[in-house]
Amino acid sequence: MFSWFYIEGILILVGVNLMVVLGLSLLTGFTGLFSFGHAGFMAIGAYVSAICTLHYHMPFLVAMVLGALVAMIMSFIIGYFTLGLKGDYFCIATLGFGESVRLIFDNLDFFGGARGLSSIPMVTTFEMVLVICFLAVVAMVLLIHSRHGRNMIAIREEELASQAIGINVFRYKMISFAISAAYAAIGGAMYAHYLGYLQPLMFQLTKSTELTIMVIFGGLGSIGGSVIGAFFLTFIPELFRAFASWRLVFYGAAVILVMITRPQGLMGGMELTDVARWAKRKLSGGKGKKGKKNEPPVLQEEGETA
Amino acid sequence: MLKVRDLNVYYGGIHAIRGVDIDVQKGNIVTIIGSNGAGKSSLLNSISGIVKYQGSIEFEGKPLPTQAHNVVKSGICQVPEGRIIFANLTVQENLKMGAYLRNDKKGIEADFERVYELFPRLKEREKQIAGTLSGGEQQMLAMGRGLMSSPELILLDEPSLGLAPLLINTIFEIIKEIKAMGKTILLVEQNAFKALSVADEAYVLEQGVITASGKASDLIKDPKIQEAYLGKK
Repeated sequence: MFSWFYIEGILILVGVNLMVVLGLSLLTGFTGLFSFGHAGFMAIGAYVSAICTLHYHMPFLVAMVLGALVAMIMSFIIGYFTLGLKGDYFCIATLGFGESVRLIFDNLDFFGGARGLSSIPMVTTFEMVLVICFLAVVAMVLLIHSRHGRNMIAIREEELASQAIGINVFRYKMISFAISAAYAAIGGAMYAHYLGYLQPLMFQLTKSTELTIMVIFGGLGSIGGSVIGAFFLTFIPELFRAFASWRLVFYGAAVILVMITRPQGLMGGMELTDVARWAKRKLSGGKGKKGKKNEPPVLQEEGETA
Repeated sequence: MLKVRDLNVYYGGIHAIRGVDIDVQKGNIVTIIGSNGAGKSSLLNSISGIVKYQGSIEFEGKPLPTQAHNVVKSGICQVPEGRIIFANLTVQENLKMGAYLRNDKKGIEADFERVYELFPRLKEREKQIAGTLSGGEQQMLAMGRGLMSSPELILLDEPSLGLAPLLINTIFEIIKEIKAMGKTILLVEQNAFKALSVADEAYVLEQGVITASGKASDLIKDPKIQEAYLGKK
């Protein structure tokens, strides 16, 4: 029914979304900061890398890293001014940032303006996306389980208490924001070099919303959840492409269904290893120890922080 | 030990703390009493670096850093208002988090013992998830966590808030015991009578200004204070 070429294309898009969703997961799921501007960082990564390969003929990987660096620098600037803001205000600030990035690209001829950039070398391959995503997941898991990751989780759990025990809250919010911006930019760079063209319209607010929905759908505070969220919510609209505009109704219905039945998201606070442990227990007839499956695994290990 | 001079705190156009001077001597319990919105918490939060302020704060002869995490490093620990704990962690893990900045394993273990001695209830509930503790137990846990950072000075913000009268007595007994351990305490309270009866020195804060100060045992007898804060005529 589907050709490999078609499926490969969708899988590359899954990988692109996964990169951005991983970054967003660190920020939203593990540090507790909501962002509606990650399409902006994605756009920065996409445009910067595209300009580098198109005009300056740099190799793709170098261009990608440059895109990530520029996004990080932007995140430092934005973060410096907005990370002091609490809760909803930070979210609104990122929303404003995302839209202004898009409008800047829309209005600068250097970036192709509203017509966009075309004939970007199409060098993104499936294998490359697979490797980058694999490395990104491994790096993220290592980060989450490190002392730094735990500091971020502590901030998500109780910011004031984290401050009271001496965690540098601002610094860790900044680190989390910068890493998530870099991930988004890498996703954007792969996107640009897969499609071969870029338009500011691709990075509208709806894109940011879509990414945040993927994180929440998969479950906050779970890397496995982010992977599943990115996978399903990129695939579902494609699977129902035959139903034309009805497919977005399926998309919406799927999201609502998950939110009603599992408000914490598919994998909220759990990892794939927990699911495996749980399944093993079920299969062995419940002989194992009872209980802990609903607790976030990363928190159970928190004890070693001292 | 702590010297606050000409402290001013602004929230936008609101001048919440107006030129406050406070001195805390080592080994004392110093209390700041006042009604709602007098600026008591703002005062504590500016010492602990959560709120930006103008003026000078000296701790043990050196200017106090203004960032919250550096304040903790220099030996001041705040127990924030409203029993702020890590609800998803166990009691023991919460206490461990208190020792976040420390590396001396032996010292940490000794402090664990001391905290459990001070709060036997926490020892009983060592493995329990902190969010399922009662209000009083959560307050004890927040205080215990504060002690785990081995601070010289403890800032207690409304420890009696929302607790049953019997528990309030327990909490104040414990505050006295913490003092007996050689710690210095700056206590902010609405329960003026209780606060004055455990404190050595006291300040009365009204709309951001210190209106009275002195020995707690003198203030508790002051007719004006009695009328305004202790409900006596």
